[in-house]
Amino acid sequence: MAAGTALEPMTRGAAEKLAGRELDSAADEFSRIVERHRPQVFRFLLASTRDVDLAETLTQDCFLKAHRNWASFRGESSAMTWLMRIAINLQKDHWRNRRMQFWRLTRTNAVDMDEAGEWLPSGESSVERQLLAREQVGHVWTAVKGLSERQRTVFLLRYVEEQELSEIARATGLSEGTVKAHLSRAVAKVRAELGAKQ
Amino acid sequence: MNFWEKLGEERTGPRAEQGADTANDLALEQALKNFRLSVIAWSDAAYSRPRTLAQVVRRRSWRLAAGWALGCALLAGGVAGAGYERHQRIEAARIEAARVAEQQRVAREQQNLLREEQAKAEDEDLLAKVDSDVSREVPSAMEPLAQLMAEDGRR
Repeated sequence: MAAGTALEPMTRGAAEKLAGRELDSAADEFSRIVERHRPQVFRFLLASTRDVDLAETLTQDCFLKAHRNWASFRGESSAMTWLMRIAINLQKDHWRNRRMQFWRLTRTNAVDMDEAGEWLPSGESSVERQLLAREQVGHVWTAVKGLSERQRTVFLLRYVEEQELSEIARATGLSEGTVKAHLSRAVAKVRAELGAKQ
Repeated sequence: MNFWEKLGEERTGPRAEQGADTANDLALEQALKNFRLSVIAWSDAAYSRPRTLAQVVRRRSWRLAAGWALGCALLAGGVAGAGYERHQRIEAARIEAARVAEQQRVAREQQNLLREEQAKAEDEDLLAKVDSDVSREVPSAMEPLAQLMAEDGRR
């Protein structure tokens, strides 16, 4: 008993130091994750919602949730896939809540297709090419707007984030076959939109 | 091999000979590339924009205040409307009650008048009857005198 009492301060101090070091290293690791993946998560949420303020809020929520659950992240998938999964769930929750609170529909800040299509790749040299690119981007946005939530998510993860089908399957919690089917339908709609305007 | 080369190979592999499809695929691929670059440009611009927290807070608080004001106005309008409606209903009921009371008063007055006239007529009849009875019937003590007056009259 006496020995235990004598040893206690040392043990606690060492444990605290060790835990502190572990916490510091975990915090550093998480900071690096945030730095590396925040723009990508924001981009996905911006493309999904077309609302800069909402995308920022959801991105913050995503990293807050990730930080709270960082200890339970076992590294079975990549950190990006894990973060995307959180982002997709937050987005789903947001739309579900908004559907329940129907009066909030009037408060959406989502930009329309034309405004979203205004952003052009800077590489286009001639005015004609720029116009063509703007038109194409506008058509793709129109098609994306008409996609179901799941199709849109899969489409954006594949063609904007350039993720592999297996990664998309893990992020969305779907099977690869289902992801392929959604992707195929989404591309068909984009193709039809582009074909109809040509 | 980058993402788009791999994707193009996947897509055109079994249908490389079909010229029209390949052209469509190339157009689709170009559109998707442009879309991606457009989203990246938009996202980069939005991500690196200066954060205007104060403005956002002010705008949100302004929206909140506007929402509250609108809600209060609607509530006040509803309450005032309900009060006015209730007042109107009470006023209409009061007017209707006064009208009915007036009608009843007029009817009562008419009935009273009728009753008075009937009573007056009855009194007059009674008086006339009494007068005629008084003129015809004389006390027995006056009978001889009455007979004399009658004989005088005959003569």
